[in-house]
Amino acid sequence: MQMDYLIIGAFVLIGLVFTAATVMASNVLSPSAPSEAKGETYECGSTPVGPPWVQFRVGYYVYALLFLVFDIETVFLYPWAVAFGKPGLFILVEMVIFIAILAAGLAYAWKEGALQWR
Amino acid sequence: MSDVLSVILPVLAAVGLMLANGVVLIYMLRKVLGHLHLRVGPMHVGWHGILQTVADVGKLLTKEDITPTNVDKALFFLAPAAVFVPSLMAYAAIPFSETWSITSLDTGLLYTFAVLSLVPLGILMAGWSSGNKWALLGGMRAAAQQIAYEVPLLLSVLPIVMLSGSLDLVEIVAAQGGYWLGFVPRWFVLHPLGFVASVIFLIAGLAELNQTPFDMSEAESELVAGFASEYSAMKFGLLFLSEFSNSFIISALGVTLFFGGWTLPWIPADVVAKIGPVIFMLKTYIGIAVFMWIRGTYPRVRIDQLMSLGWKRLIPISLGLIMVTGIAIKVVETVRGVS
Repeated sequence: MQMDYLIIGAFVLIGLVFTAATVMASNVLSPSAPSEAKGETYECGSTPVGPPWVQFRVGYYVYALLFLVFDIETVFLYPWAVAFGKPGLFILVEMVIFIAILAAGLAYAWKEGALQWR
Repeated sequence: MSDVLSVILPVLAAVGLMLANGVVLIYMLRKVLGHLHLRVGPMHVGWHGILQTVADVGKLLTKEDITPTNVDKALFFLAPAAVFVPSLMAYAAIPFSETWSITSLDTGLLYTFAVLSLVPLGILMAGWSSGNKWALLGGMRAAAQQIAYEVPLLLSVLPIVMLSGSLDLVEIVAAQGGYWLGFVPRWFVLHPLGFVASVIFLIAGLAELNQTPFDMSEAESELVAGFASEYSAMKFGLLFLSEFSNSFIISALGVTLFFGGWTLPWIPADVVAKIGPVIFMLKTYIGIAVFMWIRGTYPRVRIDQLMSLGWKRLIPISLGLIMVTGIAIKVVETVRGVS
C-alpha cells in the first residue's frame, strides 16, 4: 500500500522530468530563428484589436460556483455508496435526505435562472 | 537499488504505454475519420500510411519552438506539464488484468477521477497564458464544459459503486463475474440501472474529453485550435498527446465499469486469465473507435445547449438514478431476507 503511494509520487516526478526533457530535446534539435512577425499573436492573420485578456461572461463564474457545491457533495456521496451494502434501511433514509437537499439546491438555482446561459 | 527500480519501472512502463497510445490513436483517428468521410486517410509514409504518426513525432521534435512575445511566460511553459502530468498519473490505477495494474489502490476509481479533474486547470492555464483571444475563449469553454460534465460523470458511476460495494477497480470487475439466467454475462451495461448509468457516462465522458459533439473548446472553424493555438513544436505535441491519452483512460474506465474489464463471457476462466490484458486493450480500443465514429457522425452542439443538457438533464437524471438504485437494492435485500 505504501509502495503504491510512492509510485504515484514517482509518477509526478517522472511526468515533470519527461515534459522538461522532451521540450529541451526539441529545443536542441530544432532551428531557432525568432523574428518580430513570428512573435505576433496569431488571430487568423488580422492584427489583434485591444488587449488579449478580454472580459469574459460572468456566466462562467456562476457555473464555477455551482460546480464547487455539487462536486464537493458528490465526494461526500462516494464513501456512502461504498458502505451501502450494509443491511438496514437507515442508510437509505440518510441518502434520500441528502439527495433531497442537493436536488432542492439545484431546483433553487434553476428557478433563479443560474442555469440559463445568457 | 531494486526498490528504486520497482518504483520507477512501472512509471516508465506507463510513459511508454501513453506514447504508444498516442502514436496508434492519432493514426487510427485519421484512418477511421478518413474512411467515414469516404476518403482513404494517410497513405504515403509506410504501408497504408502506418508510419505517418512516427514521422509526425519526428517533425514535431525538429520544428522551431516559437514563444510569442505577448504570452505570460511562466504559465505558458508550465501549462503543458500541468496537462501532461495528470493524464500520465491516470494510468496508475487502470487494471489491465486481475494482477496487471501499476498500483492496487483501494480507491482506484476515486483516484482516477481526482487526477483527471486536474486536466481543466492546465487547459485554463494554457488558454489564459497564450495572450490570444481565441485561446482564452477556447480555454474558458473547455474548463466550463469539463467542470459542468464532471458532476454527472461522477454521479453516473455511483450506482455501479453501490452495486459492487467497492471503489477498487479490480473488485468492480470481479463483481461482474458470472451470469444472469445462466447465460447473460453480469456486465453492468446489461443491468437495467447500469445501462442508464452507462449512457450518462458515455455522454459526460465525451464532454470531459472535449470530443465531438462537444468540441467547442477547439472548434476549428471558430477558434483556430482553441487553447493550443499559440503552442508549437513539442509543447503542442504534449498537449495533443494527453488529449489522446485521456480518451484511452475514459474508454478504459468505461470498459472496467460497464463491460467487465479483462473478462470475456462463455470462455473458460483459465484461458481468459492468460490473455486478460489483450482482451482489456481490445475492448478499450473498440470503445475509442466508437468515440471516433461519433466524431465522424455528429455535428457540434451550441454552448448553451451543452450547458442545459449537463445541468438540467444529466444531473437530475443521475441523482434520480442513485435514488432508484438505492431503493432497488434495499427491496431486493428485503425480499431475499424474507424468503
